[in-house]
Amino acid sequence: MSGTLNLLIGLAMGLNLLALGSSRLPSLIRAMSMQGVVLGFMPLLLEHERFDWRVILIALATMGGKGVLIPGLLRRAMRAANIEREIQPFIGYIPSLLLGAGGTIMAVALARALPLLPEHTGSLLVPGAIASVLTGFILLIGRAKAISQVCGYLILENGIYLFGMLLIHSTPLLVESGILLDVTVGVFVIGIIVDRIQRAFDSLDTRKLTTLHE
Amino acid sequence: MKSALLIILPLAGAALSALWRNNRTRPWLLPVVGLVHLILTFWLFINPPVVAVNAWLGFDPLARAVLPAVSLLFMVCAAYGVSYLRIRSERPNRVFVTLLLAMLGLLSAGHQARHLSLLWIATEAVTLAAVPLLHFNGTPRAFEATWKYLLVGGTGIALSLLGSFCLGYASLYGGGGGDLTFVALTAQGAGLSRPWVLTAWVLLLVGYGTKMGLAPMHTWKPDAYGEAPGIVGAILAGGVTTVAFTAILRVRAVVGAAGEGVIADRTLLVIGLFSMLVAALFLLGTRDFKRMLAYSSVEHMGILSIGAALGGAGVAAALFHVWTNSLTKGSLFLSAGNIRRAAGSASMDDVRGMSILTPRSAALFVTGMFAVTACPPFGPFFSELRIVRAALASGHGAATAMFLGCLLFAFFGLTRVVFGIVDGRPRTATIANSRRFVETAGVILPPLALLGLSLWLGLFTPAVLQDSWTAAVAQLFPTR
Repeated sequence: MSGTLNLLIGLAMGLNLLALGSSRLPSLIRAMSMQGVVLGFMPLLLEHERFDWRVILIALATMGGKGVLIPGLLRRAMRAANIEREIQPFIGYIPSLLLGAGGTIMAVALARALPLLPEHTGSLLVPGAIASVLTGFILLIGRAKAISQVCGYLILENGIYLFGMLLIHSTPLLVESGILLDVTVGVFVIGIIVDRIQRAFDSLDTRKLTTLHE
Repeated sequence: MKSALLIILPLAGAALSALWRNNRTRPWLLPVVGLVHLILTFWLFINPPVVAVNAWLGFDPLARAVLPAVSLLFMVCAAYGVSYLRIRSERPNRVFVTLLLAMLGLLSAGHQARHLSLLWIATEAVTLAAVPLLHFNGTPRAFEATWKYLLVGGTGIALSLLGSFCLGYASLYGGGGGDLTFVALTAQGAGLSRPWVLTAWVLLLVGYGTKMGLAPMHTWKPDAYGEAPGIVGAILAGGVTTVAFTAILRVRAVVGAAGEGVIADRTLLVIGLFSMLVAALFLLGTRDFKRMLAYSSVEHMGILSIGAALGGAGVAAALFHVWTNSLTKGSLFLSAGNIRRAAGSASMDDVRGMSILTPRSAALFVTGMFAVTACPPFGPFFSELRIVRAALASGHGAATAMFLGCLLFAFFGLTRVVFGIVDGRPRTATIANSRRFVETAGVILPPLALLGLSLWLGLFTPAVLQDSWTAAVAQLFPTR
């Protein structure tokens, strides 16, 4: 069982690199939504002693939210803004990939330094979480288009979700509250990007958001 | 039960406001709900309820020490809101009023949260509720500020959730049964896994520090405060930052119980001094008087953080400073809002001679500026004096010197901007614009009331307030 779980986490970490290397928005959104679906399966694999309906709920909410709903909203925003590809990111694709790969190796090393319960040793959850958080940061900082930044935020959030898997049986409420983070993304997307920035600036390029500075 | 009413009541008010049809009468819900909330808060303040040890939510000593200040600030801002929304009657205010009331409820929840995830949920919800308030003005600049607020604030809350997870794992690793109330975590104390506690502390300090606006996580603040209406700025600077500060205090107590208090205090001191330094430098450079208030807020968050790093006496002084800073800063935000509206711009380059065009607001603004830069006999002077005394008593000589130096530079920066816009001869364009703004009692009395409260806090700090701060310190440092 732990083997299947680690396989999925490995897949999610691979999707991180795919997201870092993709220059076109549709492929970035696809990588992110696939990661969402992969993450959705994990709580079901962790299920051990007894059947817990809350765990099923988290799995369904994750797959629906991260895998279908938010990517759908982002695709709509992308069409409304009429953009297909990201031109000239702040951090190029190759440097992003190198940073991401370096970050993944660092995450594995860093995870060794933290003590884990016997049932979690040998699992890739902690390195996977750290790697995804780092990937999210690289995308947040290194991309110019608002939609790419939202994708970065979602991957960062996926990393936090991965970490939450460690706690899903002891404190389900804490993990469930993480789903609220998805609501944040909803606000990002619906409230700001689609209607407002687009209307006010006639673009979704955050490089145009430079009026406010010292 | 009554403590839950503090949350339910404003939320019910928000629901009512969402259904209220009349755009002209809707703003009156703000002072009505605010007043009921204020009465209830002070009733609870005088008759503190007994909070069950393992309660997830309760009017505990820490909530008692700060929530009344937030309620007071909200009440005055709500009274101002009625006049403000009458001036802005051209804009629909349904969303604005609803979310302001919702924020009051969520702020009450955040202050009273005694559970790690409940605290996080409340902070997250407050963050999201503030979003539409920030772009109430609907200008491209406002949307730019909102986007930055969401990006930086969103990352902050994400990191604080990760930190909460780490603290949860520290408890699980130490054999905890999954009870994440702060009481249970503190009781587990040295049983918590130290590496995980330290990881959690860093993440939570960065996460909640972003909400508080500690440098270098403060970057959203100047933009948001610069573009949001004055009333929103006042509540963000006096209410939301306070929730984040109490969150840091609660987490600090757990870290202290786990035996890492020294490291926690050191990080708080360093980040506090750094915030003060950054704020002082930017205050010397900024040319926008609303952004100036944001940097002043960063400075005062630094002061709170330093107070929190100094043990019991420092925390009590910091809680005092929460009161004086919230009320004084509120007065500044409201009078700055008046000046901004009359002048049509917030930049020193365009605005001059406001003492001629808006004499009352300008007088309030200048007095408020002196109050916030710690001129006696206003409140901030006494709270900052206590922090300095706590710092000297605990042997932080160099830190105190730096603290005072930053205060001096901040004073230079603030006076430069404030007198720049107040003095001189007004521009013709400004004169034309200011004719449309009348200094009615509705926009002058609220900031005056806040300034009066700040003066009163400085001159006659009531014993019952002092007791509430001491009780909060006793809750946070149970052994001393």
